[in-house]
Amino acid sequence: MIPGPFAYYRPSSVAEAVGLLVRLGDEARPLAGGHSLIPMMKLRMATPEHLVDLAGVAGLKEIRDNGATITIGATVTQAELINSELLLRRLPILRETALQVADPQIRSKGTLGGNVANGDPGNDMPALMHCLNATYLLEGPAGSRLVPARDYYQGAYFTALGQGELLTGVSIPVPPLGHGYAYEKLKRKIGDYATAAAAVVLTLVDGRVATASIALTNVAATPLFAEAAGAIVLGSTLDAATVKRAAAAAKAITDPATDGRGTAEYRREMTGVMVSRALMKAAARARIGG
Amino acid sequence: MPDTLPPETPLLVTLRVNEHDHPLALDPRTTLLDALREHLGLTGTKVGCNHGTCGACTVHIDGRRQLACLVLAAAAQGRDIRTIEGLSDADGALHPMQAAFVAHDALQCGYCTPGQIMSAVACVTEGHTRTDAEIREYMSGNLCRCGAYPNIVAAVRDVAQQKAA
Ligand SMILES: Cc1cc2nc3c(=O)[nH]c(=O)nc-3n(C[C@H](O)[C@H](O)[C@H](O)COP(=O)(O)OP(=O)(O)OC[C@H]3O[C@@H](n4cnc5c(N)ncnc54)[C@H](O)[C@@H]3O)c2cc1C
Ligand code: FES
Ligand code: FES
Repeated sequence: MIPGPFAYYRPSSVAEAVGLLVRLGDEARPLAGGHSLIPMMKLRMATPEHLVDLAGVAGLKEIRDNGATITIGATVTQAELINSELLLRRLPILRETALQVADPQIRSKGTLGGNVANGDPGNDMPALMHCLNATYLLEGPAGSRLVPARDYYQGAYFTALGQGELLTGVSIPVPPLGHGYAYEKLKRKIGDYATAAAAVVLTLVDGRVATASIALTNVAATPLFAEAAGAIVLGSTLDAATVKRAAAAAKAITDPATDGRGTAEYRREMTGVMVSRALMKAAARARIGG
Repeated sequence: MPDTLPPETPLLVTLRVNEHDHPLALDPRTTLLDALREHLGLTGTKVGCNHGTCGACTVHIDGRRQLACLVLAAAAQGRDIRTIEGLSDADGALHPMQAAFVAHDALQCGYCTPGQIMSAVACVTEGHTRTDAEIREYMSGNLCRCGAYPNIVAAVRDVAQQKAA
């Protein structure tokens, strides 16, 4: 239960943090809230020799409204997402999802950047970022680059993050006013990772689906963007037969593991249930809001 | 900042706990939980799972409830840390939440209690006490193997109502 030995660094700027990561090489890791990394280090599933703490890095704490997009700094905590007036008004699915991450203590320390950078298929924010078509802002030795969330995840704990790179924030296109949204998560108990979960954002025009985006958590090695399922509901009134077809399309792309949360068959089935529920809830909200 | 450090270099860390500064030389691996218990003798904060799942190690860091088992002591440098030992008055008078736990018999073995109380104090400050369901939701990071939950909720509700009155 004690991590392997490491040296601890506390840079105060992004440039200094990137400089450290580059100089210290492969065995260096950024430390954000530590609520994924420190448990892994205690289990010796991760044994970094150098930890670069981002807590003192300036400029990563801001939630900024740019009109068409909102950018959120990497070290903004889940609790700060929940308490943000701006997000409640313009991107309420972030609050809804953050409230289903772990428990209050963990949310007061765990960061959005750590949650999405991590690459753990159990994390809830990556699928949400797929659903919202977010872009990750990366800063590295060669400067900055943008990577769409939908291109970032390559396998469990394998991501597009390069050596020496830091995720500094995410940029999220704001769905139109009156959009419907839902994050439906099945878990064994409060605070648990998802058995299966689905994020939905949609818009209705005259009671018919005009746009729809669906993404799935913890039912494959990476978060999944359920593109075909989203396409199926377009133009529909979300009648039972259409919802069933969309759920089937979402289930078809899953590849869940059999584990303590259930068999692969069960988790695939529950993916369909979460997609159906999220679609119906999102549609009901769009009608009220729209 | 030196170029690279050998991992075994002890870190000089000053922890501000219950309004007192404690200079310490620590292995970088030391968690805040171990620093409190093993280096400062503050054993009120409990070790449960040591893995972030039970809430027994809950303390306040800059007024927010956090898990001492998953925070490095080095990262807690410069923060305002409050533990169960720092909750009562200097003259020993119990904090209203401690008194409510006694009055409502909100414990059996008592192992989870310091974490429950630290979490409960924050829960009231945050204002997450409008209904019993909300109290349960916002106390969900603290497990009690003895199952004192109904009385814990009663204690939290009581303090929230005292505060509102
Ligand atoms: C008991 C328990 C239950 C949990 N349940 C859930 C849950 O239901 N859903 C959920 O989503 N999460 C859950 N979590 C995880 C929690 O949300 C973590 O806080 C989060 O996944 C990681 O954020 P962090 O800030 O703690 O990151 P860290 O643990 O500090 O970092 C995680 C990884 O990301 C890297 N990293 C961090 N920040 C950056 C950055 N800016 N740039 C590049 N790399 C970076 C680190 O090097 C590390 O590899 C749970 C955790 C615990 C302990
Ligand atoms: S000991 Fe820290 S959460 Fe269990
Ligand atoms: S009183 Fe025994 S664990 Fe809560």
